[in-house]
Amino acid sequence: MLEVVAMTARPLNILVIDENRIRAAIIEDGLREAGHDQVTVVHDVSGIARRIIEVGPDVIVIDLENPNRDMLESMFQLSRSVNRPIAMFVDRADSASIEAAVEAGVSAYVVDGLRKERVKPIMQMAISRFNAFSRMARELEEARGELENRKIIERAKGILMTSRKLSEDEAYALLRKNAMNQNRKIADVAQSLVTAAELLGPEGLSR
Amino acid sequence: MSSIQINAGFMPLFDSAVLVTACEMGFAAGEGIELNLFRETSWASIRDRIAIGHFDVAHMLGPMPLAGNLGLTPLASETIVPFAFGLGGNGVTVSNAVWEGMLRFGAQPTLDPARNGLALKELIHSRRGEDRLLRFAVTHPHSGHNYELRYWLAGCGIDPESEIEIVIVPPPFMADALAAGRIDGYCVGEPWNSASVVTGKGHIATVKAAIWRNSPEKVLGVRRMWAQDNAEALAALLRALHKAARWCQDHRNHAELTALMARPAFLGQPAEIQMRALTGSLDPGDGVFRYVEDFFLPFDKAANFPWKSHALWFYTQMVRWGDVAHSEANALTARECYRPDLYRSALKPLGVALPGANAKVEGALTAATPVGSAGASLTLGPDGFFDGRIFDPDALDRYIEEQARAGTTAT
Repeated sequence: MLEVVAMTARPLNILVIDENRIRAAIIEDGLREAGHDQVTVVHDVSGIARRIIEVGPDVIVIDLENPNRDMLESMFQLSRSVNRPIAMFVDRADSASIEAAVEAGVSAYVVDGLRKERVKPIMQMAISRFNAFSRMARELEEARGELENRKIIERAKGILMTSRKLSEDEAYALLRKNAMNQNRKIADVAQSLVTAAELLGPEGLSR
Repeated sequence: MSSIQINAGFMPLFDSAVLVTACEMGFAAGEGIELNLFRETSWASIRDRIAIGHFDVAHMLGPMPLAGNLGLTPLASETIVPFAFGLGGNGVTVSNAVWEGMLRFGAQPTLDPARNGLALKELIHSRRGEDRLLRFAVTHPHSGHNYELRYWLAGCGIDPESEIEIVIVPPPFMADALAAGRIDGYCVGEPWNSASVVTGKGHIATVKAAIWRNSPEKVLGVRRMWAQDNAEALAALLRALHKAARWCQDHRNHAELTALMARPAFLGQPAEIQMRALTGSLDPGDGVFRYVEDFFLPFDKAANFPWKSHALWFYTQMVRWGDVAHSEANALTARECYRPDLYRSALKPLGVALPGANAKVEGALTAATPVGSAGASLTLGPDGFFDGRIFDPDALDRYIEEQARAGTTAT
């Protein structure tokens, strides 16, 4: 059965190993959309050896940052149960897609002899979904940072309003003017002010 | 003018200290280079990123560049080694259950490899008929850990291929795996041996410094193409690393060094536990600290010199355990991987002591030996193997043959 994998169009067995459940779900989703219905997702690598024997994957997709990659690679190399060496990526010569994969943070292991045309779309899908996930995470991070900035500016305004007896608008204008003069972001100037105020303590503020 | 940027990958292990120090203590800046450090989570990731050019250089396991150049790993790029990050630093830790078993066969908390290896052998033989083998972990197949563990076991009459199971576990997970009973022992760099000792979950049976005194461990791997196009930058980096290594060796800096490495961006382990590797004063598990001479040397004894005999010894172990077939071409690949010539030419302007030879007979020095070198003094060794064997890199074939014979009589 296993020996004919490369010859026929038997559906591919795909194993996704990702400790990040959201990203794993996004990948699984993409694979199913592409018509792959034999997808197994594993979040926790403990007991992975047995799972690999059970699943007998043709393709393993794993995030590049997984600290267990050294263990997995050595297992693939030694594995007598899978009975075939599993090589990374489709084709060593295909350096552009290797680069794209590493940059996206995804790594893949493919059974030897599997036809390139069958694996490439899987890799491309994984790369684009990993990138989409990173973009999403980055946007979330930015949104979080934006919120933090707004909070800091509010605090800085409050400090100026109490210590310099300014109105809210005047306090903001002062922050903005300083930021422009120093060629810095308003949030950075606000952060410096808040830090300074904390260092000076309540006396420094209420003076 | 902006300085030269060099991107370097590293693993959060204590022996990345020289690289971290070069960046954080200003040694790189002093040589006009901007060293950007990237903390990685696996050696596979370091290999991938150096292969596609994300990194120019990286902290690597000594045998790793050889394995890549010999075509043993996926996605390898040609990598050279012009600098070593130190000598020693590893230990072999066993679970409390295994240690108790070993005690019944004469083990002692003295870290003595011959005595404790014999006890382990007796224990393994007494377990014959049990349904599973003892399972030991190392950090990577192509690592000093794997080869020194196997050398020790085989030298004590334990066949690492059939009488024990060797698996791969990332260093930070070793102590947990041992505590959970998933493994019975492991070979890893500090502080991951002491990590099991301080929690009362394991005993250090022996150390790398006792298995092979002053033996190679991590190295600076450099993408060969990058080295070719950036000879000046590489030389500047080697000078920065040399100065950083000297700073790391100086005990007056150890408090600052361990505080630096304790930061989450680097090793992220408490200073106290790091100190054990730096002072060589280790608690094997019975609460009594024992001093191990030359436990870990980041600088002394020409610790940064990339001896070709070190590369060739790793190669003989790759042959011994079936990673690669011995051929003249493969031996040449191994020999050409380590580049003492680059080390020497980069450091020459500093007027420091440099070994005159590219290789030495490993195991031949029984005492610390001053060696002649232009201008300054240099001490090498001792560099003995625990079983008293000698590795002469000029008699490679004979060593490989002898090993093969020893392997078949061990069982």
